Amino acid sequence: MSETSKDICKNTCKIEIRGLRKSFGSNEVLKSISLDVAKGGVVALIGPSGSGKSTLLRCINLLVVPDGGSVRVGDTHFQFGQGTKAPDVKTLAKFRATTGMVFQHFNLFPHMTTLQNVMEGPVTVRRMAKADAEKLARAQLAKVGLAEKADQYPATLSGGQKQRVAIARALAMEPDVMLFDEATSALDPELVGEVLNVMQRLASEGMTMVIVTHEIAFAREVAERVVFMRDGVVVEEGPSRQVIDTPREAATRAFLSHFHRTGALPPANATP
Amino acid sequence: MYQWDFGILWSYRWLFLNGLGVTVGFTIVIVVCGLLFGLLGAFGSLSRLKGVRLIALAFIEAFRCTPILVQLIWFYYALPILAGVEMTPITASALALSLYGGSFYSEIIRGGIVSIDSGQSEAGAALGMTPGQTMRRIVLPQAIKRMIPALMNQSIIQFKNTSLVSVLAVPDLVYQSQVAAHDSYRPLETYTAVAVAYAAILIPLTIIVRRGEKRLAVSE
Repeated sequence: MSETSKDICKNTCKIEIRGLRKSFGSNEVLKSISLDVAKGGVVALIGPSGSGKSTLLRCINLLVVPDGGSVRVGDTHFQFGQGTKAPDVKTLAKFRATTGMVFQHFNLFPHMTTLQNVMEGPVTVRRMAKADAEKLARAQLAKVGLAEKADQYPATLSGGQKQRVAIARALAMEPDVMLFDEATSALDPELVGEVLNVMQRLASEGMTMVIVTHEIAFAREVAERVVFMRDGVVVEEGPSRQVIDTPREAATRAFLSHFHRTGALPPANATP
Repeated sequence: MYQWDFGILWSYRWLFLNGLGVTVGFTIVIVVCGLLFGLLGAFGSLSRLKGVRLIALAFIEAFRCTPILVQLIWFYYALPILAGVEMTPITASALALSLYGGSFYSEIIRGGIVSIDSGQSEAGAALGMTPGQTMRRIVLPQAIKRMIPALMNQSIIQFKNTSLVSVLAVPDLVYQSQVAAHDSYRPLETYTAVAVAYAAILIPLTIIVRRGEKRLAVSE
């Protein structure tokens, strides 16, 4: 990347990742990855399992601490590798409060009601008054179409509902960026649409999003850029339609051939 | 044929009640202190620092793998000689039983904590919680639910273990019944009554535990 485009990124990018490296034991999962996400941009990470896309996503909010390289989200910048000090527990927590994450297996708190799940971040992390947090949480639940489920426990919800609660929980922290780690991979096929719809609406509202997904049709429709990873490197990157419809690299073509491009986005009025 | 005569025990009722009070009071002390040692041991054995982990492990195994009767005698007779720490029989036995119970509680608490899916702490961390907040708000409330049956079980064992303090002449129920048995020449009646007294306290407790387990099974 040239110097000038780097400087432009400084001003317009919400997320800027340079030379990111991560190994688990002798297994090098990320081999010098660089990634830019514009403010309000939506980037989809695709690739076969074990390609490092989930690890890359977890490095953005430092749920996984990289071995080398740099991560910048908004105004917060971290440098990793030799000669740098690992960020302490408080710094990490403060930083993560500004990024929302949605997990493949929802990871809702089973001992709390839906409302309490969504209130937990604002109350415990942002020290918001209970009444204000409840108002915020109810608004977020309404936004994902689950206002009437506020007093139910997660165990009583369907997978799609659980994931929408998880999205509401992340949004209640009013994050700058949202990270989605295969948010629909654990769902029954008929429940995928309701979650994708919430994500699409979020994207159209201008949320900066990084999405690890196997929903190629969704990536093509909703993401502006698609990054194809394999074996810990970025193989191909570009505008989503171009990468998915006319991939340049043989590896990208081979991967995409596993998906039938007939799978269009479910109708927007499905649910919720 | 032996002629049972429980009526004779009536004249020792205050002795028995006294002993029962000591036994129950003792149990409360060693359960509370044992849980505190157990918490320390559990968090120590989960610490990120290797030194702390080793100390916790040494404590757990030292008390878990030696007999409680030996520990009681050791605390009372050996500590004064080796470390110059003089203790009353009550202090020595309370300390030994608390540490002994604590070593078992440690493993129960540690097991409960690690049984909670790592996705739960990840979700807490992703919201911006510190590890301490995640432990308090997310992991412990779920883990405690799973620990309760095992903790209750261990506490029942602790209650019965208090009978061993009579070797240090702590006037618990067993010690007092020894006095009564020697005095009345009726050991069969005396010890039968003691056994009944222990069971009468524990059986209602075990019923409560079993009910609790059932309720837990429903809520999970």
